[in-house]
Amino acid sequence: MNNYVIPTIDWTAAMPVIVVFLTGIAALLVEMFRPRQNNNVIVGISLTGLAVAAYLLASQVGMPAIDTFAGMIRRDHLGLMLQLLMVVACGLTFLFGENYLRERRMAYGEFYPLAIWSTAGGMIMVGTDHLLMIFIGLEVLSISLYCMAGLAREEQRSAESALKYFLLGSLASAFLLYGIAFFYGATGTLSLTQIGMNGAQMNMQILATAFVLIGLGFKASLFPFHMWTPDVYQGAPTNVSAFLATVSKIAALGLMARMLPVLGQTQDFWFPVLFWLSMLTMTVGNVSAIGQTDLKRMLGFSSIAHAGYVMVALLAHLKNPKVVSLDAMVFYLAVYSVATIGAFAVLTLAVRNAQEDARASALHGLWKRNRFAAGAFIVFLISLIGIPFTGGFLGKLLIFQGALQADLLPLAIVLGVNSAISVAYYLFMAKAVFVDDEELTGARVGQTSGGLKLTCVVCAAAVFGSWFFGSTLQSLLGAPNEAAVKVERPVVAQTQR
Amino acid sequence: MAPTGIVSDVPIEWFLLLGAMLFALGAVGVVVRRNPVTVFMCIELMLNAVNLTFLTFARYQNGWGLKYENAQQAAMNGQMMVIFVMAVAAAEVAVGLGIIMAIFRARREVDVDDLSTLRN
Repeated sequence: MNNYVIPTIDWTAAMPVIVVFLTGIAALLVEMFRPRQNNNVIVGISLTGLAVAAYLLASQVGMPAIDTFAGMIRRDHLGLMLQLLMVVACGLTFLFGENYLRERRMAYGEFYPLAIWSTAGGMIMVGTDHLLMIFIGLEVLSISLYCMAGLAREEQRSAESALKYFLLGSLASAFLLYGIAFFYGATGTLSLTQIGMNGAQMNMQILATAFVLIGLGFKASLFPFHMWTPDVYQGAPTNVSAFLATVSKIAALGLMARMLPVLGQTQDFWFPVLFWLSMLTMTVGNVSAIGQTDLKRMLGFSSIAHAGYVMVALLAHLKNPKVVSLDAMVFYLAVYSVATIGAFAVLTLAVRNAQEDARASALHGLWKRNRFAAGAFIVFLISLIGIPFTGGFLGKLLIFQGALQADLLPLAIVLGVNSAISVAYYLFMAKAVFVDDEELTGARVGQTSGGLKLTCVVCAAAVFGSWFFGSTLQSLLGAPNEAAVKVERPVVAQTQR
Repeated sequence: MAPTGIVSDVPIEWFLLLGAMLFALGAVGVVVRRNPVTVFMCIELMLNAVNLTFLTFARYQNGWGLKYENAQQAAMNGQMMVIFVMAVAAAEVAVGLGIIMAIFRARREVDVDDLSTLRN
């Protein structure tokens, strides 16, 4: 250890994560000492902290990609964009969350610090090249989410969803870790880039990749590992479901986008697997969504299908990194997130007498009672379906183009067919809002709070804005195609046995 | 430097096999057991298998026949990972037992097969 060099540290690269963490601590302190009436101070502090973090992230766009903290933190364009998305998505769930939590009489201030730390964990996950950091980020994200899913502690369904998520989530972590252990055993390093350049022990690396993909598949809810998703989304409080569907999904898929390009040596083995899995993910998600009666469950299946679409974008990039860049994937994650948060926000109106009821009948006649919310809901559905003049359409178009450019015609066809299938259940939701009449059950739709209105307006603006400024956004998202440039596919070295 | 002492006489494969067996036992336990506490213990068993694997690789990384530029650093990577895994596992226990307690309080007995209020 006599030639130990103190690593150079670039604090600006780590600052956004640090700010988000500190915001969580500040919010928790306020929660401890607050006057007991409301959470407005906590929400204010949280949103301010997130805004500062978003500013710090945005100010780093365009700076050169670096590794700092001895290779523990990496700042590059993909990481910055994903982190920015997560911060914005977290803020959006806060906007409508407070009123919802109060209506359900569980306005615990702990929700905000937990969600913020969860976001910070996701930011760590996509902002590093080191498997240790990836693991810690994943666990910070997940453990906070387990608590959040069980937030409605008096209610059996919430506790059950928390338990399911917890057990399956930790199982997934164990698989991921076992894979990491074999990467370490094969190459002696935990740095992804170095693993990618190390051609030793290829069989072991293939085994490791398989375990890691099982773990990540759980987190991103890809096809054979997706069964927890609808259960957890249904049981968790609605704002937590919105958070799960966006922040945690961005983190998991972002991590895939970060890991897979590096593992180019074993691509021949995992590419066909992921090819079929993404196909099945799209189809199973969409087909199972049809016939659901619980809207949160339906959106859960819808999120599975959308994860499949994102995987198509990722696979197209991996197949042909020179031609297809990752911007389609990031763009789609962005438009999917705003539309999903908006849809969940409107679903929070279905609370009555502190009880959650997200069955389709709870929204019957919403159009007559609350024009604003119903109108916003239809905008989000249109974007999720992918009808022109919304970001969802443009996102799907980009993915479709990418798949064609990368010679993945089957995936493009399945994507198109699935978009058609998905119309069925999205229309079912729209029908519940517009056509079906209110039953005489005293259905009461909660007050449209200012926060909810703001969420709807922001999300709807983003849905349309991403269509009208699509090309600008796309060039912003995909500025340099670093992942493809940095890691040249190394020559497989002889095993030095 | 090759490992010395008692450990060096045991081939690395045995340790890896033990780790794999523990991991498989844990995975099977997760599937067949019905009490969430037991299921959770099985997951902990899997995490310990992972730890054993990490430590084996850290200890034997030279015996494994690979050449690293910086052997000490390579060994330390794995050992640090184990510390972090243990810390994270402890955090998971804290949260997990809390969740299980919340369910237990609501319904007096916990059996994962009976947790079926979440359905279409």
